[in-house]
Amino acid sequence: MKALSQAAAGGALALGLLLALPAAAQSTPVNEQFIPMPSYRVGPYAAGGTSLYGGFIDYVNLVNIRDGGINGVKITWEECETEYKPDKGVECYERLKKKGPTGASMFNFYSTGIAYAVLDRAGQDKIPLVTIGHGRTDSADGRVFPYVFPLVTNYWSLNTDIVKFIGMRLGGMDKLKGKKIVHLYLDVPYGKEPNEIFQKQAGIYGFEAKLVPVPAPGTEQQAQWLEIRQFQPEWVIVTGWGVMNPTMLKTAQRFGFPRDHIVGNFWTGSEEDTVPAGEAAVGYISAAINPSGTEFPVIQEIEKVVYGKGVGNMTDRARIGSVYYNRGVMTGIVSVEAIRTAQGKYGKKPLTGEQIRWGLENLNLDEKRIAELGATGLIQPLRVTCADHEGGGAAKFQQWDGKKWKVISDWIQPDRKLVREMIEASSGKYAQEKSIPIRDCSKGSG
Amino acid sequence: MIYREAGQFRTSYRADQRIFPIVQDRVVVGALLLVAFAGVPLFAPEYLITALLIQWLILSLATLGLNLLTGYAGQFSLGTGGFMAVGAFATYAFQLRAPSIPLLAAFALAGLCAAAVGVVFGLPSLRIRGLYLSVTTLAAQFFIEWLLTRVGWFTNYSASGVISAQRMVIAGVPIDTPARRYLLVLSIVALLALAAKNLVRSRTGRAWMAVRDMDIAAEVIGIPMLRTKLSAFAVSSFYCGVAGALWAYAFLGTVEPQAFDLDRSFRVLTMVIIGGAGSVLGSFLGAAFIVLFPIFLNQLLHGLFGDTLRPGLLPNIELFVFGSLIIFFLIVEPNGLARLWQIAKEKLRLWPFPH
Repeated sequence: MKALSQAAAGGALALGLLLALPAAAQSTPVNEQFIPMPSYRVGPYAAGGTSLYGGFIDYVNLVNIRDGGINGVKITWEECETEYKPDKGVECYERLKKKGPTGASMFNFYSTGIAYAVLDRAGQDKIPLVTIGHGRTDSADGRVFPYVFPLVTNYWSLNTDIVKFIGMRLGGMDKLKGKKIVHLYLDVPYGKEPNEIFQKQAGIYGFEAKLVPVPAPGTEQQAQWLEIRQFQPEWVIVTGWGVMNPTMLKTAQRFGFPRDHIVGNFWTGSEEDTVPAGEAAVGYISAAINPSGTEFPVIQEIEKVVYGKGVGNMTDRARIGSVYYNRGVMTGIVSVEAIRTAQGKYGKKPLTGEQIRWGLENLNLDEKRIAELGATGLIQPLRVTCADHEGGGAAKFQQWDGKKWKVISDWIQPDRKLVREMIEASSGKYAQEKSIPIRDCSKGSG
Repeated sequence: MIYREAGQFRTSYRADQRIFPIVQDRVVVGALLLVAFAGVPLFAPEYLITALLIQWLILSLATLGLNLLTGYAGQFSLGTGGFMAVGAFATYAFQLRAPSIPLLAAFALAGLCAAAVGVVFGLPSLRIRGLYLSVTTLAAQFFIEWLLTRVGWFTNYSASGVISAQRMVIAGVPIDTPARRYLLVLSIVALLALAAKNLVRSRTGRAWMAVRDMDIAAEVIGIPMLRTKLSAFAVSSFYCGVAGALWAYAFLGTVEPQAFDLDRSFRVLTMVIIGGAGSVLGSFLGAAFIVLFPIFLNQLLHGLFGDTLRPGLLPNIELFVFGSLIIFFLIVEPNGLARLWQIAKEKLRLWPFPH
C-alpha cells in the first residue's frame, strides 16, 4: 500500500510537471533566437550524432561568445534526444517548435526518416526544415517544397559527382564504356535514393550497373561480396551508414577487392568508419562535402575561444576536426548565415521561422564570405534560390592513409542538368499527388 | 468507502452482465470519456495532443491487439510490428489504387488484410507453443519487413521506399488539424476497446482463456483448437493492422517499413508485460508507461539540469532510470500495472476502516 501511494503521488507529480514545464520554458528573455537541437547521442548512430551536434553547438557557442550572437541577438538552443527514430523525432519536433520568443528558427534532424515524417508538419507550421546531405532529394525543388532546404548536396548530385570522379580516375568519361560498377547500399530509404540516377547514368555512359543491397544494419556482408566477386566490377560505390561501413571494408579485404577502387558517399567516409576497420581501410576512397582536419581557422578559433572557456560540447577533444564534427560546424555556419541574411531584410531582432525561410532561400555564401568566416576549403560556395534549394552539389574526394583522411581532389561539380530534370519530374509527381500549387519563381522570392 | 458497493443490487441478468457493474466505475469512465472527447480537443495544448496522446492511443491499440493474443489466448508473438506494417501498407494501397473506398472502410479492410496474414502466420501455433511459437512469429516480422522493402508494388515504386501518406478525408471533412486527427484516433480506439472488452467476456474470449490456461484440458472439454487459436491470431492482427494504419496516417504521416521494425514488436510486448497480460485496462497503462514515461523523464531531467550536465549524459541517465524502473515494477508487481490498480481498488473498498 505504501509503495502504491508513493507511485500514485509520483504519477500526479509527473503529470503536473509534464504540463507545467513547457509553460515555464516559454517565459524567456526577448532578444534571443532559438535553434532546436534534435540530437541523437544514444543508439546505434550515436557516434555520428555526438560529433554532428557537438560541432553545431560549438559553432553556435563561438558566435555567442566571440560576437555576442548574430548582430547582438543571442542564440539559444535546447537538445532533444531522437535516437534517430521517426516517432521520437516527431515528439521532439512538437516539443521544440514553439520554444523561444519567436519559435524554432529551423530544424536539422540529420535523419532521413524523421525528415520525411515532419516534412508536411514543417510546411504547415511555417518552420524551415534544413536537411543538409540527407532527406528527400526532390525537395530541392523550392517551387514545390518552399519550407524544405536540402542544402549543400543531395544523394543524386553526389552520385553524379562519384561517377565523374571514377571517370577522371579512368582518364575520361568515355572510358566508362563497358566497365562494370556495383552500387552496394544499406537497404533502407536512404540507401535506395541513388539507385535510379545510378542506372540512368549507366545508360548514358554505357557502363554496366549492378545493385547489391545490404540488409540493415549491415553487420553481415558475406553473400553480398560473393555476389560482387562473381560480377567482377572495376569499381564499387557504397552508400552506407554506421556499423555497415567498417564491416564493408573488412569483408572487402577478405574477398581481396582493392580498397582504392571502392568509393563511399559522404556518410560512408568518416573516422568512425575507417578506424574500426584498421588495416582494411587503407587506401579506401570516399566523397566528402566537408574535409576533416583542424587546420581551418574557424575550427582553431572554436578550440581557442569555446574550449578555452571550458564550455566545449565534445567530451573527447580528440574528435574535434573529425569529418562529422566539421560537418556539424558547417551546419552551424550555414544556419547562422541564413539567420544573418534574414536579419538583413527583417531587422536585427529575433525572427520567426517564416522570416528565416526567406533568409535560407536568399543565402549566398561566396568564396569571400567563406574566407571571412575562416572556413575556406571546409565549405563550398552556396547560392540558394527560390527554385533551387540545394545551392551547391559539389563534393571533394578523400583517401584514408591509415591515420587520417587525405583530400585527393578539388570540388567536383555534379551533372546539374540531369539531376534537375529528375528532381523536377519527381517533385512534379508529388505536387500532383498532394495537389500542391507550384510556386512561380520568376517573380523573385518574397 | 469510495468503492463501497453496499446497496447496489443487481436484480436482472442484464444488470449483472454489465461491463462496469459498480456505479462509481461508470461515473469515472463516463467522466473520462467526456474529458477525452470534449475537454481535450477544446482545451489541451497542441503538443499534448499531437506528440503524446495520439501516439499513446495508437500504441495502446496495438498493445490491446497483442494482449488479446498473448494475454488472453496465451500465444506468444513477436510479429506485432509486421502486422502493423501490413495494416499501414494495405491502407496505402487501397487509398492509392481504389480511391473510391472511404477512409474508414480502408482502415477496416486493411485490418482484415492484417488478420488474413495473421492467420497464415498463426498456423504453426497449432503444432508448437510457447517460446518456439514466438520464434515462428519472428519469421513473420522479418518476412513482412523484407517483402515490403523488396517489392516495389507496395511502395508504388518510390525511389526511397518511404511514401507520404495521402490526406485523410472522411465524408468530405479533411482530417488535417491536430484536434481532428486526435478525435479520429480516439473514436476508433474507444470503439475497438469496447469491442475487445465485450469479446473477452464472450464465448470466444472464454475459449481463448481456456486454451491459455491448459490447452489439452480445453480440447478435452470440446473447445476446437483450430478455430480458437486462429481466431485469436485473426482478431489480434486486425487490431494491430488498424493500429499500424493509424500510426502511419494519423501520427507519422509517412508509410515506411522501418517504422514497424523488430524494435516496435519488442516495445509492444513490453507494454503488454508492464501493463498486465490479460487486461484491457493494462494495455492502456502499459502503453502509457512505455510511451509517456520516458518523455516525462526527459522533460523532468531537462528541467532539473538544463544543459549544465556533460552532453550525452542526460539521454543515458534516462535510459538507466527507465530500465531500473521496469525492473522495479516487475519485481513489485509481476502481473503488471493493471494488477496494481485492482489491488488499489480492493483497498479503497475498505478504506478508511480496513479490518
